[in-house]
Amino acid sequence: MMGKRSLIVFSALLSLITPMALSAQRLTLTGSSTIAPLALEIGKRFEQQNPGVRVDVQTGGSSRGVNDARTGLADIGMASRALHESEADLTAYTIAMDGVCMILHRDNSIDALSDDQIRDIYTGKIRNWRELGGADLQITVVNKAEGRSTLELFLAYFGLNNSQIKASVVIGDNQQGIKTVVGNPGAIGYVSIGTAEFEEQNGSPIKRLPMNGIEASTAQVRAGRFPLSRPLNLVTKGAPGELALQFIRFTQSPGVDDLVEGQFFVPLEH
Amino acid sequence: MILSRASSLYRWNIDRTLAPLLLLAGLLCTAILLLIVLFLSKEAWPVLANGGWRAFIADNGWYPREGLFGLLPMLAASLVVMLGAITLAAPVGLGCAIFLQFYSPPVLRRGFRLLLSLLAGMPSVVLGLWGLTVLVPLVARWQPPGTSLLTAILVLAMMIVPTMALAGAAALSLVPAEMISGAAALGMGPRSRILYVAVPAARRGMLSGVLLSMARALGETMVLLMVAGNVVQYPHGLLEPVRALTANIALEMAYATDLHRAGLFASGLLLTLLVLVLAGFAARSLRYG
Repeated sequence: MMGKRSLIVFSALLSLITPMALSAQRLTLTGSSTIAPLALEIGKRFEQQNPGVRVDVQTGGSSRGVNDARTGLADIGMASRALHESEADLTAYTIAMDGVCMILHRDNSIDALSDDQIRDIYTGKIRNWRELGGADLQITVVNKAEGRSTLELFLAYFGLNNSQIKASVVIGDNQQGIKTVVGNPGAIGYVSIGTAEFEEQNGSPIKRLPMNGIEASTAQVRAGRFPLSRPLNLVTKGAPGELALQFIRFTQSPGVDDLVEGQFFVPLEH
Repeated sequence: MILSRASSLYRWNIDRTLAPLLLLAGLLCTAILLLIVLFLSKEAWPVLANGGWRAFIADNGWYPREGLFGLLPMLAASLVVMLGAITLAAPVGLGCAIFLQFYSPPVLRRGFRLLLSLLAGMPSVVLGLWGLTVLVPLVARWQPPGTSLLTAILVLAMMIVPTMALAGAAALSLVPAEMISGAAALGMGPRSRILYVAVPAARRGMLSGVLLSMARALGETMVLLMVAGNVVQYPHGLLEPVRALTANIALEMAYATDLHRAGLFASGLLLTLLVLVLAGFAARSLRYG
């Protein structure tokens, strides 16, 4: 008796829900865990502006994003890198740039470091600024915690494994990195360029190091010239569907610049 | 007779409605604890299953990206930081308690107690920020990088002193006044009264205060995240950075996936068990002394 009644209630509820579920349009994004938090935020705003649309974001790495877009498992893949030549069957839409820069304390007399010098500092071969022509001061190596996209970008650029790095301090977010360098004149660290630029302009005693002679600024990252940077891409196979295209247009519009900056990425030029 | 019988019946009625409600509240609390442990075990299962837990002991270092999950250095760091903080804080905290209870003039006592309560309620993130911006640069001037075992122990000790002082004072205030005046009547001076009568009589309460402070120190996250340096290594020097288990979870959980995530849940499970053991000892010491 009880079972029968609950079955009736259940099917009544189901009949209420089903038409709603059918009318809701669903957009699935999978891939890079770097882009996922941003896609989630943009998705929320997109849902608000387009009632009846559901944006579903799942992580799993850039490779999964590329694969899922290719096999059609996801409407849109997320890849925090440029597409390889072997992936020419896919179309990439850049939604923002991610840039990382090395920072020192303002009082440090060093104004530039080569890639090799940075690699030697981070692997513990150089331990004192004197060896690089600076003051007689022990180098404090600031590294990021595992899982952060800044760490991944840094390791990939310098061709290092995290276990090779001899860190003196490991930090979580960019703010903590800046506070650590501010409090220690011998420190070297790397943070998102957007955060470093903002903090420096607001009086934090830090300086951004140029890479290969290119100034570390959001302008250079946006122009694609800064070496330690990468595009954040949405990937589709062939022409995207109507809803997917609408979403991609939205992610590239000035209407989400605040969300992009909120995740410490660099918005596109519009 | 009839009157007393009626009134006892009346009280019994209240008990009958109240008791199940209280039972429900009690069950709810226990159920939450059980659910937490169950949830942690479930999330940690992928890494615990098939003997995967051996990696926590055998692996050399914590590099989840490279499949290395050695937890022991962080466990050691957590324990050393806790023991260091307790060693510093216990004499100061219990000294505060004795001063508060026996030596402070009544005018001072209220203000002092209020100050201790305020300190005990201080958000740990504020203490951590103070440590990072004041204490760490000071230590760094002496020996960089400044974020180290020493700063972690100092800030953590500051955090638990007020808790310990308040628990100690509460335990001392429970010592019967007759006992102390009895000691005075036997001709004992104030020093002997406190050291040989009051403190031994209050030792269970004081010990449980110490154990609860240890549990708090072990579970503290923000302070350690900010001032300990977070480098995964065995603590081998006061000025070397270390990473505690709690700080590890806070640092990496937001961006961890798959096995890495399960590994973090496993370290959470380990922490929960350690804190439960400490709380169990605290409850035991209150009961049996």
